[in-house]
Amino acid sequence: MEQLSINHISKRFGRQLVLDDVSFTLAPAKIYGLLGRNGAGKSTLLNIITNRIFPTSGTVKLGDLDTNNNDDALGKMFLMGEANLYPKRTSIRRTFDLANEAYGQFNYQTAARQLQEFGLDDQQHVNDLSTGQRTIAKLVLALNVDADYILMDEPVLGLDATHRDLFYKELLKSYQAKPRTFVLSTHLIEEVAQLVEHVVIIDQHKVIADDQVQHLLDLAHTVSGPAKLVDEYTAGLRVLASENLGNIKTAYLLDDLDDQRVIPDQVKLGHYDLQHLFIYLTSGGEHNND
Amino acid sequence: MQFDFDGSAPLYQQLAAQIEEMIFTGGFDEGAQVPSTTQLSQQLHINPATVLKGMNMLVDEGLLEKRRGLGMFVRPGARQKIMERRKDNFYNDYVKKLLVEAAKLGITKEHLIELIERGEHDGTIKH
Repeated sequence: MEQLSINHISKRFGRQLVLDDVSFTLAPAKIYGLLGRNGAGKSTLLNIITNRIFPTSGTVKLGDLDTNNNDDALGKMFLMGEANLYPKRTSIRRTFDLANEAYGQFNYQTAARQLQEFGLDDQQHVNDLSTGQRTIAKLVLALNVDADYILMDEPVLGLDATHRDLFYKELLKSYQAKPRTFVLSTHLIEEVAQLVEHVVIIDQHKVIADDQVQHLLDLAHTVSGPAKLVDEYTAGLRVLASENLGNIKTAYLLDDLDDQRVIPDQVKLGHYDLQHLFIYLTSGGEHNND
Repeated sequence: MQFDFDGSAPLYQQLAAQIEEMIFTGGFDEGAQVPSTTQLSQQLHINPATVLKGMNMLVDEGLLEKRRGLGMFVRPGARQKIMERRKDNFYNDYVKKLLVEAAKLGITKEHLIELIERGEHDGTIKH
């Protein structure tokens, strides 16, 4: 399997810049999170990667080959999207057959088991399904298509907690049975934080973080204590946000702590999670509560 | 099996710590097989790479061993090893913290010793 590289992709719709010089690389057989607030440009990006729409500039390459109009390369990528492109009376079974014709080797057996676990029947028509059921039909399709890169746009849209749970479990099962790359594009960060190995965060149409989850969390420190001491300790470090409560200030850092600096007794260090990191990174200072 | 994660430390370390605790308290016997990376990953919804990192940490510490084709097992002597390590850390993990808090509260050394004796007397400490 070859890596998929997104190189300097920009996209304009009329006057509006939707993606601004976006670059990152997806490695084979890894689970990624593509995170961003609503309207950040995630769906547009996924549609560009899979050649459904064209970028204004930039390229997408699988290995050394440009994927644009390259059927071989595009046959290794599958996008589970929001748009429903099937004609009216299309059964779930028919969507599997179509995927089998396009990609080959569709895993009918696992798909049948999963449909049953989710309480669906492959003779049901896609257009008759509720939002949540339609998501399930698409997920089961995506989990069983034979492709090296499976991109999922809002994979848990409309699913209740039980079904989300079942999906995460089936995703890991599928990944372990046949390691390939999954990209989960979502704003439900808490739920996927443990599932994804690497995240790409998009904000204001640009990539603002592209890193291993564990590495980001290692840098995510809280420093709290008397405001003056916290300010002294965090001087020169990257502070994303801070909060004051009485005389106590808490600073949220995204940086290595300096081993040389002495931590005063009244100052406490801690960690915060990916969800909060995302909020502080993407809120552009809205959460500074000074 | 009950796992409980928070943001206090990297996930793989928390996972390793909780498996260690289960070995220590007899949840897993020495020589017994522990759940596979695949099982833990699917059950806990954690990326397999993270689970593997946690398991490997326990292998490096000599608490688990890999048996080719069979899976991961608790090494004989693992419990003793955990016990020794915890004894080594007891001073840092408990005694130092106790003294720092006592100092903040103005509790004297004599009073502290009295409190320890009272705790023992009350039978809240099991031997």
